[in-house]
This record gives sequence, structure tokens and C-alpha cells, in this order.
Amino acid sequence: MNASLPIADRGARQLSSSAKLGSAVPAAHRKRHSGLVRVTHWTTTVAFLALLVSGGEIVLSHPRFYWGETGNVNMRPWLNLHLPSSRDTVPTGYGYVLPDQNGWSRYLHFQAAWLAVGTGLFYVLFGFFAGHFRRNLFPAASDLSIKELGGSLVRHLRFERPGKEEAWSYNVLQRLTYLLVIFVLFPLIIWTGLAMSFGFTSEFPLAVRLLGGQQTARSLHFLVTIFLVLFLLIHVLMVFVAGFRNRMRAMITGRATPPME
Amino acid sequence: MSNISRRKFITTGLAVAAGASGIAVAAKVAQHHGLIPPDAGGLYGPGETLTYAAQRLLTRHSMAREFSRSEMSKNPFANEVDPLGDEFKRLQAASFVDWRVTVDGMAARPASFSLAEIRSFPTSTQITMIGCEEGWTYIAEWTGVPLSYILDRVGALPQVRYIVYRSIQPDWWESIDMADALHPQTLLAHRMNGNELPVPFGGPVRLRVPRQLGYKNVKYINRLTLTDNLKPFGKGLGGANPDGGYAWYAGI
Repeated sequence: MNASLPIADRGARQLSSSAKLGSAVPAAHRKRHSGLVRVTHWTTTVAFLALLVSGGEIVLSHPRFYWGETGNVNMRPWLNLHLPSSRDTVPTGYGYVLPDQNGWSRYLHFQAAWLAVGTGLFYVLFGFFAGHFRRNLFPAASDLSIKELGGSLVRHLRFERPGKEEAWSYNVLQRLTYLLVIFVLFPLIIWTGLAMSFGFTSEFPLAVRLLGGQQTARSLHFLVTIFLVLFLLIHVLMVFVAGFRNRMRAMITGRATPPME
Repeated sequence: MSNISRRKFITTGLAVAAGASGIAVAAKVAQHHGLIPPDAGGLYGPGETLTYAAQRLLTRHSMAREFSRSEMSKNPFANEVDPLGDEFKRLQAASFVDWRVTVDGMAARPASFSLAEIRSFPTSTQITMIGCEEGWTYIAEWTGVPLSYILDRVGALPQVRYIVYRSIQPDWWESIDMADALHPQTLLAHRMNGNELPVPFGGPVRLRVPRQLGYKNVKYINRLTLTDNLKPFGKGLGGANPDGGYAWYAGI
């Protein structure tokens, strides 16, 4: 067990600042990501891509969004994506109708949602108990100063390759972004999704009432998706900036090579 | 093989065996309690079964949201249907006086009710939302005879597990389990917003099951079949939409 300590190993637990993490174990034996993080990361990746593709497909059957409880082609949408549709009842202006794919899309969407939610619950439970959040995600108080945050932001905007201090852990902006995705965006996407289910809202009507209605839930589900896709794009871009081979190896095998000075 | 990997191998093997038998036992229990949908086989069976079982455990008796009059849609959308058949047009020309709803299958007293009889049965009225799997919604007031009343009247046998309901239109049928069939909001609706149910919205008789999506709310109902087994119907998946690749359970 000791040979494969995860990112920010046990010896480094007290050292809260990401820059100071871990020097107790020789680099050759250390891991950037624990098994928990690696397995849940890739499971979530598969589930998220399935949700994105199937969700996008479902949107095509009615690429218009409304606020409140009701919305249909007899009503004015707040957002019309002006995409071709898989239904000829939707006035799109295009002279053709896409084939109906909602059968498998809906099946896949909910199956992938179960996978994502199950993985998320597992991750959050073990993340708390195994100290993953405390060690790797909650930023040190000293990192939350304007100066530190500003410096980190500038380094990101310059697309600077992360230095040695980030070989084993996350920088402060990264931590805050992951916390936002895990504890704000993911819960919101699950909530707004469930708020569209007639079965679910029959038992928990507040789930949709608090949001402001069925169509508002659908609109918010779409908007949160935009933010998640934005996160995904920046996340992947940053993997390239930080060094694609090294970061991918770290997320697959756990091992990482610290950058040469 | 080192000790560690042998130990790992045995532990993993035991875990897999325990997991597999656990799933087998869970499947038996779930089947017994009616938590397995007819489309549980296939690639998307696991997700579909989880959704159906979870909602049946959580929401068996829950009531679909009801709305106030002020929330009713001013301009509801009827959705399109296939061109209406000759038989429908003939009945429509005679103001549906000859429309009948036949109830057969596992009933002590199978019957065929005229539209006048259906309209004379006790009614229930609800202002509920109808939502399409495409994402659009409207709210309307629906009036009709609770399906549970019909089932009671024909003497549904205790072993009935599903109600198969059919449209007069070809290849348009669906089915629901008893949790929905006996649910007080499940109606054979024949009025909408205070008037006779208009043809575009499913008149003269439409099944209204407000805890499920629009495609389970089949229009132009003329036959109900009480059964304990969906296998003999179509591809055995419980409906025309499931036969076409859609989920049988549409509570999500």
C-alpha cells in the first residue's frame, strides 16, 4: 500500500498549501491521482459524453426554450436555437425534418444519468472519508488572497505551463473550479433534470415549483449544460497546456513525472 | 503469482460471485414486487429498470401536480396524429353515437360500453399538465371516468397486472401497470376545458395518465384489455412506442 500513495500522500496531509505538498516519498513511487479519482474520472467522462450526445439529440426534437410551466409551438420561446428539428410540428424554417432518434436517446440519457449519479455519490462519499476533498480540493486559506488568486489567474491567461509545485496537486483556481463543478453544477444538473420528470415531481412537487416551473427547469437544465461543456473545453485545453502525455498518464496509471527544472 | 495478487484474485472472484448472486436475488425480489418493466431486456434495460423500480418504490401513490384555473394554457397544442381512418370518420360523421369502448381479457364481466354510457359514469376532473417527450407542455382541465371505476365495473380479476389500451387508429396502443391503472388521476377522459374533448386532442375518448408523458396518453380509445402478461402483445414490450424503440415507462 505504501508504495502507491495517491496525490498529496498521507505524510503531506497537514501541509495545506498546494505549493508545499509532499516530499516525504521518493517521486518514483508517488501517484498524482488515487484509484478512486481515476476510476470515477473516466466513468464520469463516459457518462457525461453519453448524456451530452443524447441530450443534444433530445433538444433537436424541440430546439426552443421557455420560462414558467408551459411552453409549446403555440407560445413564444425566450430562446430559439434555430436548428433543424426531428419533428415537423416545429417551425424551423428549414425545409427538412431530421430522423426521430428520441427512443434510444432517452433510454441512453437516463441510463447514463444513473451511472453518473451513482459514480458521483460514490466519489463524494469516499472523497470525504478518504480525505480527497480536504487534501486536494479545498484550497488553503493562504491561497485565497487576492494576490494569490490574481497571480494564478494571470498564469492561466498566459497559458504558462505549471511548475514543479503542481506536479502532485492542483493550483488554487483549479481547486475552486472543480469544487464549483462537483458541488454546484452537478447537483444543479441533477435537480433540473429530475424536476422535468412527472413521476418524480408527483412525489416531490417542490423540486419543480422552487425552480419556477417545468419549462424553467428545462431551460436551466440546458443552461447548466452550457456551463459544463465550457468547463469540459477549458479542462481539456488545460490538459494540453500542462502537458498532454504526462497528465493523461497520471489520470490513467496514477503516475506522473515532475517537470524538469 | 505473488501472494498479494493471488489474494486479490480470490477476493475479486468472491466479490464478483457475491455480486452476481446478489443481482440474481434482487431481480427475483424485484420481479415479485412488480419492479421490472417489460422492456428490461437489452442494452438500456438496466437504466430503464432502475428508473421504473425507483419511481414505483417512491411514487406508487403520489399525485401528479394539479394547477389553478389561471395556470391553464390559453392556446394548448394538440400535436399531430396520423390521418384519421375511414372507420373513425364514419363514427365522427354520426357524432360518435356508435363509438364503443370494449373491455376484455381477465375480467369477470367483460363489456362493451357506448360513449353515452361512458359519459354517464361518475366523473373526476383535474387540471394537470401534459408533457411530450420532446419537451413541450401545456396545462388543461380534463374530465373523465376514472379507469379504476371501469375496472371495478367489469370485475377485473386479482391477477391482472397490466391494462393494454388501444386506439381506433391502427398500431396505436400502450399499456400501464396497476399502480397507474388504479391511480385516481388516471381517466378515460371525454371532456377538456369544460367542453367535449375535441378530436385533435383525442376525442371522443382519450386515456389520461398524468404521471407519464404524452405518448402514454393514447387518443381515440376503443378497447381495453386486462392481462397478467404483455408478451403476447406486439413485440412483447408493452406498447407501440416501446416496439418502436421508446421506453415503456414514461414517468421520466
